[in-house]
Amino acid sequence: MTVEAFLPRDTTALALDADEVAAALLDAGVQLTRNGSRGAFWLEPLLEVKVNGERIAFGPVTVEDIPGLLDSLAAEPADHPRYLGPVEAIPWLAGQQRLTFQRAGLGDPLCLDTYRSLGGFAGLEQALAMSSRQIVQEVKGSGLRGRGGAAFPAGIKWQTVLDTEADQKYVVCNADEGDSGTFADRLLMEADPYQLIEGMAIAGLAVGATRGYVYLRSEYPLAAEVLVAAIERAREAAYLGQDILGSGRAFDITLRIGAGAYICGEETSLLDSLEGKRGMVRVKPPLPAVEGLFGKPTLVHNVLTLAAASTVLAEGAAGYQELGTGRSRGTLTLQLAGNIRHGGLVEVPFGVTLRQLLEDFGGGSLSGRPIRAVQVGGPLGAYLPESQWDMPMDYEAFAEIGAMLGHGGVVVFDDSVDMAQQARFAMEFCALESCGKCTPCRIGSTRGVEVIDRIVNGERRDENLILLEDLCVTMEQGSLCAMGGLTPNPVRSALAYFGEDFG
Amino acid sequence: MSAQPSSKSVIAIIERWKDEPGGLLPLFHDVQAALGYVPPESLSEIAGALNLSRAEVHGVLSFYHDFRTAPAGRHTVQICQAEACQAVGARALAQRATELLGTEFGSTSDDGGVTLEPVYCLGNCACGPSVRVDNRVHGRVDSERLEALLAACRQREEP
Ligand SMILES: Cc1cc2nc3c(=O)[nH]c(=O)nc-3n(C[C@H](O)[C@H](O)[C@H](O)COP(=O)(O)O)c2cc1C
Ligand code: SF4
Ligand code: FES
Repeated sequence: MTVEAFLPRDTTALALDADEVAAALLDAGVQLTRNGSRGAFWLEPLLEVKVNGERIAFGPVTVEDIPGLLDSLAAEPADHPRYLGPVEAIPWLAGQQRLTFQRAGLGDPLCLDTYRSLGGFAGLEQALAMSSRQIVQEVKGSGLRGRGGAAFPAGIKWQTVLDTEADQKYVVCNADEGDSGTFADRLLMEADPYQLIEGMAIAGLAVGATRGYVYLRSEYPLAAEVLVAAIERAREAAYLGQDILGSGRAFDITLRIGAGAYICGEETSLLDSLEGKRGMVRVKPPLPAVEGLFGKPTLVHNVLTLAAASTVLAEGAAGYQELGTGRSRGTLTLQLAGNIRHGGLVEVPFGVTLRQLLEDFGGGSLSGRPIRAVQVGGPLGAYLPESQWDMPMDYEAFAEIGAMLGHGGVVVFDDSVDMAQQARFAMEFCALESCGKCTPCRIGSTRGVEVIDRIVNGERRDENLILLEDLCVTMEQGSLCAMGGLTPNPVRSALAYFGEDFG
Repeated sequence: MSAQPSSKSVIAIIERWKDEPGGLLPLFHDVQAALGYVPPESLSEIAGALNLSRAEVHGVLSFYHDFRTAPAGRHTVQICQAEACQAVGARALAQRATELLGTEFGSTSDDGGVTLEPVYCLGNCACGPSVRVDNRVHGRVDSERLEALLAACRQREEP
């Protein structure tokens, strides 16, 4: 009997030699589907084999494991050292509440039939039967908030773009995902690209835009490849194009690749970059929703926000609201990264604590040493010591302690970390990636590196500590965007909680 | 890259993009994909076709880390230096790479084989340290694996 199996084609799986494992499986005559990843990256390459109709997982598998593993199927799969049991019962996955990532890993990401059979395009069909105003109403009612970082209510933006008269409007997907420790956008694009395409089409119908752009960072070549193919197939099947599903309404998507600039994740810099310019941050107002790409009203959202629109429309505003705590609706997409045993994508209701995340999901540090610091929310996020790990993870609670969830990156460091070095890096990164418009950001960050060096070297320590704080205040107050404005976050938190590392 | 800057392919690329709104970035990407870099001598031509000044075109080119104005080595090796990879030894790995290649970040090994660059996140942050060799990302790269990857670069002539 032929063996039916699934092995992800995903950046991390491939980085851990999934293609080599796939070749070995094909050589052995296995009927192989290359699925997307479920985001349990610590188990990649994660092989799933159908046994009595159930998908049984093995991982992480190597090429050397394959012959023995295939033999074990005929005897007792549970005896194989890589055996993990039924994939959906793996506690790390079973403990999550998958919504945006419910389809990730189930099948071939590019198969339209698979997507449809898993509820795909139900939201788009719903939207096609509604007026623009009704769609916007639904998004407003869902409480959906932006997933790119600022958590701004999506519905308000949609309303603004809808209400602004123009001969052309745009939907722009921010797929720049520059924060270290984040890969949720990448996983979604590689594992479930049609969800993004569907969400963008819904957004287009809602705000009256016929053209969409995805601005994807160049560091994601596989996501680019998957998106190109998915857009093409969606167009062939009339989910995109001049006449969406015979409705007479039009929407199409163009993929554009960034060029290695962190600042181009900031929405106005991104728009300048899409226009073929240097990625300089624009002064707001005008908001992009009023004057965005090529001066036209533009809805800019993160990948996950747009993708979630398909769920909002499919489930209805009320259904979407049922998850979450307080004003944080839906699920929270966290990414466990860095020095962590069980890293990967964790989608849970808002309100889980950092400690639960690190211990229950993360399983402690990868090195086995004590975890010392956790940077939440990307390079502009604070470093949190153990005393801060019991707060519920939602936007409000984090804002209260001057931290932020941002795009949900959780980067773990063990006790070998030098926090002065991390603070220095925050300044260095700001200097490297600043768009250059504001002096405090461009020059202040370079000065910041020097001042930290002097503190660490014990040169007029007290004086330089005051100078560093002054610099932080200047950057915070004199910067146009969060690049310069929030770089003080990691610096100050490192100093406040881990001052002993600073010489 | 053995190909000489061929103005013919550059002209075709300019034709492809000159009327596309915001076409300058994809144009640079295509030129770099064809030639391995964006030749400074092509900037006047690009500027002319897009109705921009040479200074403007140069300003865009120099803003982005990805674009280079001189040929790179036969292979490009990027070592992730962002936080999640720092947490699992990316700094030491970078140090090791510079020793093995005898070159610094941003330059090419003497034999012209490998251009070494830092990169800030490859989206493989749960399984770092991450290294990209040409278009392929490698995860959990330790010193030994790095050595093997660099050795493989030296054996393979073209990416
Ligand atoms: C320095 C900086 C970098 C940013 N990088 C990203 C990014 O990579 N991806 C993203 O979606 N948003 C990023 N943002 C936020 C965007 O400016 C914008 O708020 C977001 O695209 C809006 O989408 P949302 O409403 O779906 O969150 C960044 C902001 C700043 C200040
Ligand atoms: S804060 Fe920095 S990145 Fe932001 S606009 Fe000013 S100079 Fe540019
Ligand atoms: S930080 Fe290195 S891959 Fe993301």
